[in-house]
Amino acid sequence: MRQAGRWRSRVALGVPAAVALLLLVVPLVALLFRADWARIPSDLATPTVLPALRLSLTTTSCTAILCLLLGTPLAWLLARSDTTATSWLRAVLTVPLVLPPVVGGVALLMTWGRNGLLGQYLSPFGIQIPFTTVAVVLAETFVAMPYYVLAVEGAMRGLDPRLESVARTLGASDLRYLRTVGIPLVLPGIASGLALAWARALGEFGATITFAGNFQGRTQTLPLLVYVELERDPQVAISISILLLAVSVLVLGVLRGRWLR
Amino acid sequence: MSRTRAALLPAVTVLAALLLSACGSTTPSSADGTGQPGRSGASAASLEGTVTVLAAASLTESFDQLKKDFEAANPGVSVDTSYGSSATLVQQANIGAPASVLALAGTAAADPLDKSLVKATKPFATNVLEIAVPPGNPAKVATLADLARPDVKVVLCADTVPCGKAAQKIFGKAGITPNVVSKEVDVKATLAKVKLGEADAAVVYHSDVVAAKDAVQGVEIPARDNTTLAYPVITLSDDAATKAFVAYVLSAKGLATVQSFGFGAP
Repeated sequence: MRQAGRWRSRVALGVPAAVALLLLVVPLVALLFRADWARIPSDLATPTVLPALRLSLTTTSCTAILCLLLGTPLAWLLARSDTTATSWLRAVLTVPLVLPPVVGGVALLMTWGRNGLLGQYLSPFGIQIPFTTVAVVLAETFVAMPYYVLAVEGAMRGLDPRLESVARTLGASDLRYLRTVGIPLVLPGIASGLALAWARALGEFGATITFAGNFQGRTQTLPLLVYVELERDPQVAISISILLLAVSVLVLGVLRGRWLR
Repeated sequence: MSRTRAALLPAVTVLAALLLSACGSTTPSSADGTGQPGRSGASAASLEGTVTVLAAASLTESFDQLKKDFEAANPGVSVDTSYGSSATLVQQANIGAPASVLALAGTAAADPLDKSLVKATKPFATNVLEIAVPPGNPAKVATLADLARPDVKVVLCADTVPCGKAAQKIFGKAGITPNVVSKEVDVKATLAKVKLGEADAAVVYHSDVVAAKDAVQGVEIPARDNTTLAYPVITLSDDAATKAFVAYVLSAKGLATVQSFGFGAP
């Protein structure tokens, strides 16, 4: 009777799990199978690829830096307080996470566009954000920063509060505590938050194409290039996709499941 | 209690599988090439089935009207339309998208199409390019040459899209290098940037300027600099409903409807 129960649970859990695994893994395998491996070096040498790669790397690096500089203080403030205000703030922060990226792009356009809420005050000074690389960084930061803040906040909440009390009794200010104790302790959390945010920024498409546009060397990131190349030469699109897949796998390898914590 | 729950789990899984298969299947349409001869009636009054139309973005308004009129005249037929850049649509048809009719912007767009899929092709309209500017023409664009000014933000269609290719041809012929800030994936996205006021000018089709009504203003491109695209309607399926729809598009009424949206005669 006990043996039958064990088998039943194995099948009942194993079958859906196997289906889920197949759903997620087979498309990646298909991508690898369909790629013409001999062509990949020459495909990646296509004149459009290098500018897009350079742009993607530059913008995602800027996004990562912005996340680090702006997101860490925000994560700290969220981790410290438990008021209703902060739970509302956290909910609002999660919105860019669940918002369809294209909608994010439209929202950014409404804010920073020539007639945008804030953009209209910048236009007289000759500052126009859409169609520039700055717009790409803004779009990527919009979708990536929530990941970083939530990951780091989670890590900071895990800090032992006694450490902070001791630091205070020794006369340390908030910043001193963070610099000497807090940040070093949550460094793994920061690293995984950064990697996640960076990977999300690298793959950003909808908000970028809506807000920043599509122009080689200025706003055409790798995902936008894949989309355009798919219409021109699908094999090149597949080769670039393999490149992005390799990068994603690399990032996951670095994280090794840590971001789930 | 746990025995009931354990017995429930496989049942739930089977139910879910059934629901998923329902998600995957489409309505029994006459859209596939094999068709079912006995289904559709011989007379127009008893036509049945679904016609799946993939049409270029510039045909959005005109084909919406054609769809409405055709469905009104043939209640048993439902016309499903999907709009996008011609290049993407041809790709989709090639990899097996269930399409019965393809309507593309320009005969060149049909070149990558798998010829074995084509049952018939015929031009049904022509289109020319036009410069679209935001209402009031804030950048004071009057000619093609104005698009080369550094203070004018120009948006074009991507080079893989028919209107983008045609725009490149026009600029090449006129020897002008426009101040391009972005190349959008289809003509409607290009127009949208002008409608939103983000771009000072866009090179789109004359029909798009007509369709946008007051949202944009048009600046004509003189005929000697302009280029004309012939739009083909391509039949991919043999069933009666599809043939009737294509016949309607090519009929005097259908042609007049398309032309009322700013297109030229074929």
